[in-house]
Amino acid sequence: MNRFSGALDRLGRTVLVGVEEIGKIILLFVSVLTWMFRPPFKLRNIFKQMEFVGVKSIFVVVLTGTFTGMVMALQGYHGFRMFSAESLVGGTVALGMTRELGPVLTSLMVTARAGSAMAAELGTMRVTEQIDALSVMAANPVKHLIVPRVIAGVLMTPLLTVVSDFTGILGGYFVGVHILGINSGIFIKNITRLVDLNDIYNGLAKAACFGLILSLVGCYKGFNTYGGAEGVGRATTEAVVLASIAILISDYFLTAIMF
Amino acid sequence: MGAMIKLVNLHKSFGKQKVLDGLNLDIEEEKTTVIIGRSGGGKSVLLKHIIGLLRPEQGQILIDGTDITKLNDRALNEIRKKFGMLFQEAALFDSMNVGENVAFPLREHTTMKEKEIRETVADRLRSVGLTGVEEKMPSELSGGMRKRVGLARAIAMRPRIVLFDEPTTGLDPIMTEAINRLIIETQKNLNLTCIVISHDIRSIFDIGHRIAMLYEGKIIENGTPDELQGSQNPVTRQFLAGSIEGPIRIM
Repeated sequence: MNRFSGALDRLGRTVLVGVEEIGKIILLFVSVLTWMFRPPFKLRNIFKQMEFVGVKSIFVVVLTGTFTGMVMALQGYHGFRMFSAESLVGGTVALGMTRELGPVLTSLMVTARAGSAMAAELGTMRVTEQIDALSVMAANPVKHLIVPRVIAGVLMTPLLTVVSDFTGILGGYFVGVHILGINSGIFIKNITRLVDLNDIYNGLAKAACFGLILSLVGCYKGFNTYGGAEGVGRATTEAVVLASIAILISDYFLTAIMF
Repeated sequence: MGAMIKLVNLHKSFGKQKVLDGLNLDIEEEKTTVIIGRSGGGKSVLLKHIIGLLRPEQGQILIDGTDITKLNDRALNEIRKKFGMLFQEAALFDSMNVGENVAFPLREHTTMKEKEIRETVADRLRSVGLTGVEEKMPSELSGGMRKRVGLARAIAMRPRIVLFDEPTTGLDPIMTEAINRLIIETQKNLNLTCIVISHDIRSIFDIGHRIAMLYEGKIIENGTPDELQGSQNPVTRQFLAGSIEGPIRIM
């Protein structure tokens, strides 16, 4: 009985901590929204973050996008060949990339690259009192540090998704047409037949939501770091894990609403 | 001589640990007050209350008669412009070079032209004994230089009050002496009200006009250096002597 109530106690505490955490992230979001539209706008900071989140992530996104498209073509080909529908490979690759894999894989890569860096950088600023120094100089830390990162996350993740969609389809085309010998005209025709512009738009909308999630979580974890170098490490890990889980879970619900 | 900063009956705890327990203290205008006490005894917490980084559970913090515990963020930021603060590890922004660090409050709160800002930055750096370091990054500086730059940034806006969080911790004796002298000179030249936190006994008698002893969440003694040295309070005597024997428990 005692052991049972102990387990229940722990479960309850975990749920409470989780709910509290979500509440705090939403409060941070509200604070970001209020500071975002209050001049002066720190354009230089925003562009710097956009470069970091966007431009510097292009390489990994191209790499993951290409190989995902390639492997999808390979797997799809073996499946479709069983009922002689190899021509559908192009359409499925394109649908899968634009609706699902483009946004999700891009966001996960950006989480690993930029979300973790946001948590580590803000975490270090917290433990070395740089965030306190901002407050002391009457400069709002949310405006200075978090608003530019969230803007960069929301704007750049969809743009990177475009790159990922495109290189994924290109990778699929290369494997399908040049390695597996599907007719290139049929391959492309099936893409335009199966993929609607709305598939692409909805995928990009999802990517913007994921960009918001990963930047907010990264900033939240970094901003609330405590406990020196160990704390920075913990904040970084938690940011990546929490953001990745949140992206995958919210992906289901966004998809259920959109498609 | 009025009290510029008045702390009345401050209470603050973290979890079960009571850090400030009904603390009262008056800080005199245009004087240096040194707050001494044990490591982890709540000195930094006290300093963070004075500048509004932490809010007390109970009590008042009066700055020029305004109780900052009741203020919203915007009003608090107005009060903060009277302050400069030198953090323990200087807390320079490591994404910016020295010049940008010192210029930060100027860019944030004034409409100065770029040329004026550059001149002001050079002037503030000169007043802490540095020239031609604007382009250096904080990571290239030694501990003593970081503190100097931190002080230049703290006085960039010509504040009336400057807070020092253990300015000499982690410095060698010569650099300690240099920083102490810098604090004395800056205080005198700019007519500052300074609050210094320290447990470096040698330094406090040099720089302090008033010395306040923080013990178990209260100010147990507050007087001139001479008064403190002649103190009959066993806690103060033990602390100043650095002795293991006495009312202060080690563990």
